[in-house]
Amino acid sequence: MKSSSRKFGFAAILIAVLWVGGQAARAAEITVSAAASLTNAFKEIGTAFEAVHPGTRVLLNFGASGALLQQIAKGAPVDVFASADQETMDQAQQQQLVSGGARVNFVRNALVVIVPADAAPLPRNLNDLGVPAIKRIAIGLPASVPVGRYAKAVLEKAQLWSAILPRMIGAQSVRQALDYVARGEVDAGFVYATDAALMADKVKVAFTVPTETPVLYPIAPMSSSTNPKAAKQFIAFVMSPPAQAVLARHGFGKP
Amino acid sequence: MAPAWIALGLSLKVALWATAIDLVAGVAVGYALARTRFPGRELVDSVLLLPMVLPPTVLGYYLLVVIGRRGWLGHWLESQFGIHLIFTWQGAVIAAAVVAFPFVCKSARAAFEDVDTSYEQAARVLGLDAGAVFFRVTLPLAWRGILAGVLLAFARALGEFGATLMVAGSIPGKTQTLSIAVYEAVQAGQDDLANTLVLITSITCVAVLVAAGRLAPTRIPGRS
Repeated sequence: MKSSSRKFGFAAILIAVLWVGGQAARAAEITVSAAASLTNAFKEIGTAFEAVHPGTRVLLNFGASGALLQQIAKGAPVDVFASADQETMDQAQQQQLVSGGARVNFVRNALVVIVPADAAPLPRNLNDLGVPAIKRIAIGLPASVPVGRYAKAVLEKAQLWSAILPRMIGAQSVRQALDYVARGEVDAGFVYATDAALMADKVKVAFTVPTETPVLYPIAPMSSSTNPKAAKQFIAFVMSPPAQAVLARHGFGKP
Repeated sequence: MAPAWIALGLSLKVALWATAIDLVAGVAVGYALARTRFPGRELVDSVLLLPMVLPPTVLGYYLLVVIGRRGWLGHWLESQFGIHLIFTWQGAVIAAAVVAFPFVCKSARAAFEDVDTSYEQAARVLGLDAGAVFFRVTLPLAWRGILAGVLLAFARALGEFGATLMVAGSIPGKTQTLSIAVYEAVQAGQDDLANTLVLITSITCVAVLVAAGRLAPTRIPGRS
């Protein structure tokens, strides 16, 4: 009898602590869903933002832009969304997920073809990807990964898509494509210049691929945001000189 | 819905191969663990059980490190035989076989330990050699327990996702099994395809369970 009431007491305290802790954490928290290529830069920006806005915690969620969009569309409580292409954000807007009028472009990137560091000879252009020595090419899945969409567009324009397709290894995000090349499991891959720079010891940039649509990243507050003020502050911070300096250091260009 | 059926065919192919490998390896190892005494036997048993408790991503990573192009085994296979396992359906079979192995091994060990050794002694006295004793006495007596493990292994292999995705990727018609196709359809917002895929997966799983019930009629209270 005595021990069971003591157990009950412990349980009540535990529940109270969890509940209070949960409330405190929820009070000033924003969730930022950002494209996988932003992983390193946004971790730094998140920390810098917290330093400037004490009391607001930034929760970061990274993944392929298309996958992040699906999470938001299915009701994920996201305050800010940063995608790696305009198309994904356009889709978000069409689905009324974006809080009106506040969408801005904040960085620019470049599409590159990378090969494992020990690869030779280097492919010099898209046509060189057709040689038999290149058996596997990592490309983000065009349905959900922007880098794959950019790659598909340039390959289709060069009329190489159908030739490359049988050798394509679909990646779930740009970082997976990078990892496949770094491990030498594929002979080439399409990633962003900023990703290639992260693994300069394991991968080499063979050439930069000019894209018809510029690789321009938009950021916007989400209409489902429970903390629209902090969401706006975060976006303003991303556009501010200190955050832009962080992005520039990671290789991103100005919008 | 052609892609869904292709994914189903591939899932069944991968799961069947993985189960077949596990059947042979699991029975052999289970028998060895049940009938031999050596130092560290329980440690070996625990290590073999690891795939059941480790997160599939950890297994996927181990496999990448071992059978990847730069892994010690993968490098050797490629330089000696030109075999490349990553991004192939054979790679998916290896991932599924590793994940499902403990189910066969564990049940086989328990089943062999339950076999009354006096039957084996009688067979030996009557002149059967060791191989014949195993295949004509021990294995038939242990079969029921082993079969239960094999069915569980098949079900586990059919649902394998994490390690398979890491090792075999997601290539339609080649390594894109049902569970991976569902994941990809959801990521891309193709809910129609996802609906078809989960329906097929659910029906397949029910069919497997019904088949399991028919094949291994274990005595459940209230059912004869």
